[in-house]
Amino acid sequence: MRPNIIKVGFLRGGLEIKQFMRQRESVVFTLLFPVMLLFIFGSVFKGELAPGVTFSQYFVAGMIASGLVNTGFQQLAIMIPIERDFGTLKRLRGTPVSPISYFIGKTIVVFAAMIVQIAMLIGFGAALFDLNLPTTFDKWFRFTWLILLGSACSTILGIAFSSVPKNGRGASAVVSPIVIILQFFSGVFFVFTTLPFWMQQFAAIFPLKWLTQGMRSVFLPEDFATQEVAGNWEISRIALVLIVWTILGTLLALKTFRWSNK
Amino acid sequence: MANELAIEISALTKSYKSASEGKKLAVAGIDLQVVVGEIFAILGPNGAGKTTTVEILEGYRSRDSGDVKVLGQDPAALDKNSWAWRDRIGIVLQSTNDSQDLSVTETVKHFANYYSNPRNPDRVIAEVGLEEKRDARIATLSGGQRRRLDVALGIIGNPEILFLDEPTTGFDPEARRAFWDLIRKLRDEGTTILLTTHYLDEAEALADRVAVIVDGKIVEIATPENLGGRNNAKAKISWLENGIKQEVESDSPTLEVAKLAERFSGEIPELSIIRPSLEDIYLEMIGHK
Repeated sequence: MRPNIIKVGFLRGGLEIKQFMRQRESVVFTLLFPVMLLFIFGSVFKGELAPGVTFSQYFVAGMIASGLVNTGFQQLAIMIPIERDFGTLKRLRGTPVSPISYFIGKTIVVFAAMIVQIAMLIGFGAALFDLNLPTTFDKWFRFTWLILLGSACSTILGIAFSSVPKNGRGASAVVSPIVIILQFFSGVFFVFTTLPFWMQQFAAIFPLKWLTQGMRSVFLPEDFATQEVAGNWEISRIALVLIVWTILGTLLALKTFRWSNK
Repeated sequence: MANELAIEISALTKSYKSASEGKKLAVAGIDLQVVVGEIFAILGPNGAGKTTTVEILEGYRSRDSGDVKVLGQDPAALDKNSWAWRDRIGIVLQSTNDSQDLSVTETVKHFANYYSNPRNPDRVIAEVGLEEKRDARIATLSGGQRRRLDVALGIIGNPEILFLDEPTTGFDPEARRAFWDLIRKLRDEGTTILLTTHYLDEAEALADRVAVIVDGKIVEIATPENLGGRNNAKAKISWLENGIKQEVESDSPTLEVAKLAERFSGEIPELSIIRPSLEDIYLEMIGHK
């Protein structure tokens, strides 16, 4: 009897979480970095964007969205090439373990890191910068599906993109600039509507802009929607873009995934 | 079942494209058969095509031509049920560097979950001699201990065939002996073992049969005792006579020496009898005269 693929996936998830927690650098940089950024930006920009909307409120929405990109896309697109170098993947390939179990394990560790990161951002935001939490069921519901869909999209794109770096050493140099540029273009560090038109257009191709917009719809007052590019939150379009990217990423990941560096 | 085949290879070839030399033939037509229950060594210098051959058998690499069967299955034609085949084989790769942050026990126990009929993890850890290191992080293990862990992970699934690619490179002599004992024990328990090595003494100490491979071709397949015709190689007898060094090659050196003893009626000056060592034969085979 073959060991259950889902069960082995969860066992891999547990193992990956254990490994993640034991790498102090990764814990500090992946989990604490967004909080440090929030602290810096929140301390520098103290003003209000609109009546009742502080910059840190706007920024927390952006940081949660880009946190999903950091822990999912960035972490995996860097870690998987390193695991190829270390022979982790080659060894797994030589066992009866299913690639699906491996992907499930990755999804679990990414998801766990995301939840911790979001909790810390909200906690610090509320404690230091008077962050207002969503008050309606609708907003919490939207927050939940945005996290689920956003993390699925981010995870699968990370796995797909892990085929791009030639080896583990170069992975960070390939992946990190892409993430940072997308963060600038997508309205994470700056108010999106103040960005140049071409930048907005470019960012609109990628999921981060939409995820950020979705998080704003959760954390900012309803009437702030009039200040968005389209004049409203475009919720269904956000869902559509994330779903399309997730499907695209899955197809790419299945087609390009490889177990070893050439 | 006596003489059942675990591995069958015929006319196997594999070439790589290299920028400097164009197409390079790494495996240039190999035929060999490994019988269930034996330790079979592929011996050859670095770059002879050992690892390429083994990785084709393990299903990691494609081949250009030839037929390959491992436990009756072509590793290049694995379908959805490939897990069932991998469930029956164990692989110890040439070098690994993974799972640094886990302990020995955590890793071995986790890998046991991948197999349908795993061995007992605690017993496997004891068998490879890592009991004292069971709770140590893998990053803190020495090279030899790390290799033992690789073997533990290779045998945790209770495989019918174990592939070992240069298992003792970088070991100190004591660790090598302990490692050899472990491999012999696995063979005695019924595991078929295919091992590659560039150490002649390793092949001699472990293998039931040895294939010497040079430039992608098999030069000879034999038991270590018979390798290179060592069992019936002529002995070289030399002595000094009238100030000149004399030398004869003979199948019956004792008789030659008796004749000489009669002639000299006493001590034969500078007498020596030399049989070619396995190393001499091997070096000759691989072309380093």
